[in-house]
Amino acid sequence: MPRLGSPAPSFEAVTTFGKIRLEDFRGGWLVLFSHPADFTPVCTTEFLAFAAIAPELRKRNVELLGLSIDSPTSHIAWVRNIKDKFGIDIPFPIIADSNKEVAMLYGMLMPGESKTETSRCVFVIDPAGIIRAMIYYPLTTGRNTDEIIRVIDALQTTDKYGVATPANWKLGDKVIVPPPSTVEEAEARMKAGFECADWYFCKKTV
Amino acid sequence: MACINAQGELTESAGKILAALDQPATTEAVAERTNLPLFRVRSGLREMREAGLVEAKEDLYLLTERGHSLLPMQPS
Repeated sequence: MPRLGSPAPSFEAVTTFGKIRLEDFRGGWLVLFSHPADFTPVCTTEFLAFAAIAPELRKRNVELLGLSIDSPTSHIAWVRNIKDKFGIDIPFPIIADSNKEVAMLYGMLMPGESKTETSRCVFVIDPAGIIRAMIYYPLTTGRNTDEIIRVIDALQTTDKYGVATPANWKLGDKVIVPPPSTVEEAEARMKAGFECADWYFCKKTV
Repeated sequence: MACINAQGELTESAGKILAALDQPATTEAVAERTNLPLFRVRSGLREMREAGLVEAKEDLYLLTERGHSLLPMQPS
């Protein structure tokens, strides 16, 4: 099972763009996400939403990679149907995980929900191949793609500035300065010009 | 990417990648020249290497004779 902070399990998979390996994304960020099945309404709304955020993600050096336990033919037919009915090109590859290999590696099957359809899982994988965030939604609830962008922004801000981000943080908001680990640091913290509620709770602008 | 279709012709993205290899290049340089995402260039080059269209020398990729033969004719 995948774990936050651990290397993402390697795979080679058949996709709508041909055979792809996880390692092909090394050096950039990857959002690997699963959906229950092709030609279903909630999944279709999600694919439209993922296609809509693809340009924003690309600006952040993030690629998308979808997955379901369907055949390549089904994926191709569905992508063509989305283009035909909604006029939207799906600009990212979709894994045809017919043998459930990648789904099992990433724990995308939730037997309590379905033994044959992957749940709505999202794995954010960083340029070094480390899993940095995991989000799981049930079959019945379409994902919020703004939240996926927000998580990416938060992780990239953390990496760039060595800070944490508070609840409901958005790009441009103040960030949390990591708590001091010694009494001396705590004392210095109060004089450092941060916006502090107390010694352990300081914010700053980056 | 499936670099060669059932008719034995290069697919569009494979054609772009091959055309970008008029000089030996790294995957990053090919991505820049083709405006394709890096992951597509990596997977495409791997597939074309297996098909004998390109070869790798350290970090550089270059066309094989077969790869050259599949490039569209350049106007003289």
